[in-house]
Amino acid sequence: MRAPSIASDATVSDVQVTAAEERIAVASNWQLVWWRFRKHHLALFSAGLLICLYCVVICPAFFATQDPQRTDARQAFIPVQTLHLFDGGWNPWIPATVGKRNPVTLRMEWTTDPQRKIRVSFFTRGEPYRLFGLFDANIHLLGATDPTQRIFLLGSDRLGRDQWSRIMYGTQTSMTVGLVAVTLSVIFGVVLGGISGYFGGFIDLVIQRLIELLQSVPTIPIWLALSAALPRDWTPIQVFFAITVILSLVGWTTLGREVRGRFLALREEDFVLAARLAGARRMRIILRHMVPTFLSHIIATSSLAIPVMIINETSLSFLGLGIRPPAISWGVLLQEAQNIQTLALAPWLLIPGLVVIVAVLAFNLVGDGLRDASDPYSH
Amino acid sequence: MTRYIVQRLLLLPFLLLVYSFVIFVIIQAPPGDFLTAYVATLSASGTSVSAEQIEALRHTYGLDQPFVVQYLYWLRNLLAGNFGVSLEYHRPNAELIEEQLGLTVALAVMSFVLTWLIAVPAGIYSATHRRSVLDHLLTVINYIGVATPNFMLALILMWIAFAYFGISVTGLFSPEYADAPWSLAKLGDLLAHLWLPALILGIAGTARLTRIMRANLLDELNKPYVVTARAKGLREWRLVLRYPVRLALNPLVSTIGWYLPQLFSGSLIVATVMNLPNIGPLLLRALVNQDMYLAGGILLIYSFLTIVGTLLSDIALAMMDPRIRMGA
Repeated sequence: MRAPSIASDATVSDVQVTAAEERIAVASNWQLVWWRFRKHHLALFSAGLLICLYCVVICPAFFATQDPQRTDARQAFIPVQTLHLFDGGWNPWIPATVGKRNPVTLRMEWTTDPQRKIRVSFFTRGEPYRLFGLFDANIHLLGATDPTQRIFLLGSDRLGRDQWSRIMYGTQTSMTVGLVAVTLSVIFGVVLGGISGYFGGFIDLVIQRLIELLQSVPTIPIWLALSAALPRDWTPIQVFFAITVILSLVGWTTLGREVRGRFLALREEDFVLAARLAGARRMRIILRHMVPTFLSHIIATSSLAIPVMIINETSLSFLGLGIRPPAISWGVLLQEAQNIQTLALAPWLLIPGLVVIVAVLAFNLVGDGLRDASDPYSH
Repeated sequence: MTRYIVQRLLLLPFLLLVYSFVIFVIIQAPPGDFLTAYVATLSASGTSVSAEQIEALRHTYGLDQPFVVQYLYWLRNLLAGNFGVSLEYHRPNAELIEEQLGLTVALAVMSFVLTWLIAVPAGIYSATHRRSVLDHLLTVINYIGVATPNFMLALILMWIAFAYFGISVTGLFSPEYADAPWSLAKLGDLLAHLWLPALILGIAGTARLTRIMRANLLDELNKPYVVTARAKGLREWRLVLRYPVRLALNPLVSTIGWYLPQLFSGSLIVATVMNLPNIGPLLLRALVNQDMYLAGGILLIYSFLTIVGTLLSDIALAMMDPRIRMGA
């Protein structure tokens, strides 16, 4: 009786294997990439984190507790306040901080007063803002129940501005700079690299020399000089776009080289020849036949380029030559931490730096995961 | 080999010429020229300058000439070793740059040496002890090292040193040596101050190089010749260091080409944060104060260092790889 049962088990598992194999065999390339990426737990987690960050990018005002530019000299350097969720049942509150001037150093010293509680609530009404620049809204994720009171989830800076709210707006700027700069790099890289690789000859020579020239530029000094050359009276938006263009000026070269290499390799492939013999036009061959074969690779490479752009923007702004106040970016926020005495007094001013590290880390992990997944046939 | 090096050397002046033009365009881009800034400083200090005087000055400096003529003037002066006079410091730019050039190069070179000293052994260890606790730890450190901007790391370390140990880690010399003539003791003092900024500057590169070394060596360790050598009874350490490591180092050498220049330009940020005597902060000040010829001179020096860095890596690669040497 045993032997047949084993045999039938084997057939069942055989059938299952073939079903799984068939699923893989008929799956599209993108499906394979996704299955492979899904296995990389750290990358998946990081991707979730990035989605959260981009939610902040879409509407920082909702996540901010107050106006990021609101100053109050009497509320400077307030330390981080902890959010308590329960007070004998669901009743979120934040302990009030009371300031006392130290008679010796004449410095404000803040202590928490657990007796005085600032009541806070989620999805509360507060500072009005415009959602997507279209609708008027005033709902915030979190805010003091009494709108006249201010809360400082991550402390306040030297002008008494709320760091939490400022980080939310800074996230919007810095993450967008990264994305836009990389998008520009990809466009430059694919177009110029594609032209270079597909046509070859003289154009190829010129573009290759240009790439070599740009790659041997001392990047940071040249970026600084270029941003210093921006007119002082430009609006923050203009400066923002100028900075992204400056950053992508060098950024496209790596991608350009890679795309060229792929084109050179693919040009000789049979399917390209077949397409040409079938009478397909040049653009159709490039866009429908060649680009899709290395699109996933480009996506992986560009997701690894975003964190580099973010670090560059942050460094430029930190040195005072990137995004300029009153615009807010992570680098602008870190400018507040430039003075070591201030930093010893208010170490929470380094928190924007931690946000930078986490974001860059997440991008790198996702990029690595995508790179591994982008070639689903490798092992 | 000699022919290859000579070929590359001949390219150097041409590249510098291209850069000098691009740099001139950039430093000329901001509205106004350096006289506008100069007149503004003068009137701020109470001295008034008449329009005729400005015109006369403009003529002396050739500022009324067309752009290309101005560029040629500048170029001619550069070739004669004349970098112009700094508006802010009222001293020749060449002097200002020269004072800090040595330390700029020293910082980058020390950073480079530290990077290799750390990255190669760490990479070898990670590859030979794959999936060990230390390997995982190194991977985590590497990821964080790549993700942390230089200035952030400098800030954190300076803050910790200041807040918890009460010491300030800025500058490159102890006060007693700052103005002393060069001596062995001063050199020792410099090295004692230099290693921290050098380490901070090199951390991202170290992380990247460790990863490359690990991946390269892992590829090599699986090859049949390693198994053969092991089967023949060669001691593990000797085997690994003698053959696979040597091969794995090869791609690492090709990274010098982008890494050394990156250190030169990256030192700008670390030097600014840590207040080091370096041409980086000098450039930053010059750019902010529109001291444009000083900025131009420094940018040119940076370009020169970058090209030399690339050149050195090309030569090193040619020495290690005969295929490049033979021009194949």
